[in-house]
Amino acid sequence: MKYIDEYRDGRLAKLIADRIAALADAARSYCLMEFCGGHTHAISRYGLEDLLPANVRMIHGPGCPVCVLPIGRIDAAIALAARPEITLCTYGDLMRVPGTNRSSLLEAKAAGADVRVVYSTLDALRVAETEPEREVVFFAIGFETTTPPTALALKTAIAKGLGNFSVFCNHVVTPAAMHHILESPPVRKLGSIKIDGFIGPAHVSAVIGTKPYELFAEKYCKPVVVAGFEPLDVVQAILMLVRQINDGRHVVENQYIRAVTRHGNDKAQAEVANFFELRESFEWRGLGELPLSGLRLRPQYAAYDAEKRFSMMTPRGKDNPACECGAILRGAKQPAECKLFGAVCTPDTPMGSCMVSSEGACAAQWIYGRFREKAPQANATRVVT
Amino acid sequence: MCLAIPVKVTEVLPGDMAKVKLEGVLKVISTALIDDIRPGDYVILHVGYALTKIKPEEAQRTLTLIQEASMGVAP
Repeated sequence: MKYIDEYRDGRLAKLIADRIAALADAARSYCLMEFCGGHTHAISRYGLEDLLPANVRMIHGPGCPVCVLPIGRIDAAIALAARPEITLCTYGDLMRVPGTNRSSLLEAKAAGADVRVVYSTLDALRVAETEPEREVVFFAIGFETTTPPTALALKTAIAKGLGNFSVFCNHVVTPAAMHHILESPPVRKLGSIKIDGFIGPAHVSAVIGTKPYELFAEKYCKPVVVAGFEPLDVVQAILMLVRQINDGRHVVENQYIRAVTRHGNDKAQAEVANFFELRESFEWRGLGELPLSGLRLRPQYAAYDAEKRFSMMTPRGKDNPACECGAILRGAKQPAECKLFGAVCTPDTPMGSCMVSSEGACAAQWIYGRFREKAPQANATRVVT
Repeated sequence: MCLAIPVKVTEVLPGDMAKVKLEGVLKVISTALIDDIRPGDYVILHVGYALTKIKPEEAQRTLTLIQEASMGVAP
């Protein structure tokens, strides 16, 4: 496929990895965090860590919206879906995320709840249009990449007068989360690790541009390289970060120039700003309450806000106490350090969110990486990706 | 979640929609988030919406930079 195949040349990736090895100072380590789950998936899928020298280490960050969605919001969605008048439309990623006591939307659907997997908000709108007797709620999650499609769905619903369409908003924002990984008191208290530089998200940046990271790079003296999701994009970004660290520079560089500009997509940003505002704080699984890190609908759109419309309560969910997803999301632990990993927690029977999404660090490790290390082995289960 | 793929626009439709082709699959998507779309353009497709156009010249420049980096030429 054009614009994909040419960025998957293994020979070139190996040559660039050799350059990284040649440039990396053997007397120090390079701890680089890939914030975004898409990069985590690519790094595991293409075995990029095996190409890198031992002193260049990738830390998997919390940039997987499925993984950071707190259990209480899943519980709230399950409770909402159980109401007889409601049709809950959701992206497929959320269907198997375990709620409290390992309930899930998939189980709710099996028990009779009207839960439907949609590919796009366009599909959710179509359901609202063709079934006017149903209350159609779109379960909206995701970073800045996924927020504009939700904004446009609201715009369309208003234009078409779809009074039976609403949004359960769980959208979160990237720069705030990156800031909190380094600074927020709850994260500091929970313990974190040294990070020398960041690989910035690909498609989030297509929307917001590279500009929002500039303050971050300056304030924390950490280089950021925005990168595409293909393997050559990632290794090139790692090379750029190693060069910056060696030079003592900490600026924002853009490796993904074919799709990302400094200012991003103005039109998408305007649509988002029209419909959404920042919440004072939002809970992230594994990171706690992070100020100004999530979005909600503006008050004038309360009629389309499922939380207000259905007086939704977000219960305090209880994570499995043995699950290490929280520490893994902060980069403080590796998946194989969790005693559930591969024993009772696999993509077929996920106990924690990092095992549900293919972009979660645990799922990536299980599917692609477990043969590299002596991780606990479960019964061999065939994983369909 | 933020996975998005490059697809080729085959036909521009009314109402900010377009037909795109990906590996032989035809799909109708929304182009409401981008301007000035033409058949032959490649866009980044995410959950049914085109997020941005791919710039062919920058795509080529990236490949050139990667080639140079693999040969040890800075940057």
